[in-house]
Amino acid sequence: MKPTKKEYDAMTNKASPPSPKGKNSVFAFLIGGAVCALGQALLEGYRAWGADLETAKTLVSVTFIGLTVLLTALHLYDKYAKIAGAGSLVPITGFANAMASPAIEFKTEGPVTGVGVKMFTVAGPVLVFGISASMVYGLILWVIGLFD
Amino acid sequence: MPQRIGQYTVATPSRPALLSYAAAVGNKEGDGPLGSCFDYIAEDTTMGRGSWEQAESMLQKTAVQIALKKIDLAARQIDLIFAGDLLNQCIGSTFGLRDFGIPLIGLFGACSTMALSLLNAALAVDAGAARYAVAVTSSHFCSAERQFRQPLDYGGQRPPTAQWTVTGAGACVVGHGEGIAVEALTPGRVVDLGIKDANNMGAAMAPAAADTILRFLKDTGTEPGDYDRIFTGDLGVIGSRLLCELLDKEGIDLRAVHRDCGVMIFDRERQDVHAGGSGCGCSASVLCAHILPEMAAGRLKNVLFCATGALMSPTSSQQGESIPGIAHLVHLRA
Repeated sequence: MKPTKKEYDAMTNKASPPSPKGKNSVFAFLIGGAVCALGQALLEGYRAWGADLETAKTLVSVTFIGLTVLLTALHLYDKYAKIAGAGSLVPITGFANAMASPAIEFKTEGPVTGVGVKMFTVAGPVLVFGISASMVYGLILWVIGLFD
Repeated sequence: MPQRIGQYTVATPSRPALLSYAAAVGNKEGDGPLGSCFDYIAEDTTMGRGSWEQAESMLQKTAVQIALKKIDLAARQIDLIFAGDLLNQCIGSTFGLRDFGIPLIGLFGACSTMALSLLNAALAVDAGAARYAVAVTSSHFCSAERQFRQPLDYGGQRPPTAQWTVTGAGACVVGHGEGIAVEALTPGRVVDLGIKDANNMGAAMAPAAADTILRFLKDTGTEPGDYDRIFTGDLGVIGSRLLCELLDKEGIDLRAVHRDCGVMIFDRERQDVHAGGSGCGCSASVLCAHILPEMAAGRLKNVLFCATGALMSPTSSQQGESIPGIAHLVHLRA
């Protein structure tokens, strides 16, 4: 008396504990928020240091990217992301980690076929669809501009 | 000569024996509940090599070397070696075994490979095709992660159903003589009940384990109570529960004798491995470091070893295919 796929799916769902969504959401909110607050503090700091707003914004991004790559290389970022969850994903840090981690992982396959090719395995889709979306929106903006 | 009993099971009347066995594992496994049982624990999971794949090969090589050394056999005395692993083209085995010069029969059975290689070795010895045959398999957490999932340093969260690939290898030398004997074996069928979640391998493999165990029990006219233990390979806690529930439907209660190598090898809470261990090296190292020594010590006599495998690849998963499972069974008697 073998169960059908549907029956087995129900059995599996019953046997499989769900992810702790409440806890994950709280940690993502708190840590993600803290990262953004840190970003704001950095922005104010760079401003106080004499940078104009645009330069200060760029410096904040560069700081986060640098920090993430450093933490990734020290094998600490994955431990942080395990706790922070989506909070580590939303800010610019998630993207930097997605680029840095395959670069470290695949250096055994050489600088070209390893690092060069595999660096985009995780972040590649973000670039493809991000750029595609910006083209679509650019087109919409251009069409609207024709009627102005 | 091997003899068919029932529709699916093969008896090995000459009683091929497991003359020697050894397990080599990584430091996380060494830190687990079975830590004191392993023959070799790597201080560093790179094994001093330049890549994770080389480290895995080294584990497999080490396991074979120790198993041969225990009974003073030289590699040239081994007629056949049956080996496999999880890596593309089974490079863990081919590179790990290239220096031995033993005729190699490469196998792929995903995480079921220890039972698959052992049943082939027992068949070869029973049929007189080999005086001595070795069965060996390995897996490595890091080489499996980079092939099947994400880079190690990628930040993400694993769901509670995920399992942790064991870094380890196990090797058995099979031949005629004194030792724990292989009495019978049941090769697995591909069983698929439509599970698609690659983070729930236990659920994908449990139907295959239930199928193989059921076929073996029917063919031999036995029931779970006739065995001291029935070990599954790496179902983890979720797969183990599903296996028992599937067999409940057949009127078979496995709970009293069932144990799962994936549950045994790690302390799930302390070592943060979620649903348990997995990988070819999981059942291989638990077999060689715990089950066989327990049998040799007389604490277990009549044992079924049923290693389970999930037969998907990253390509099949990306193409939306479900995950077929397979489970091979070996009946061992001390």
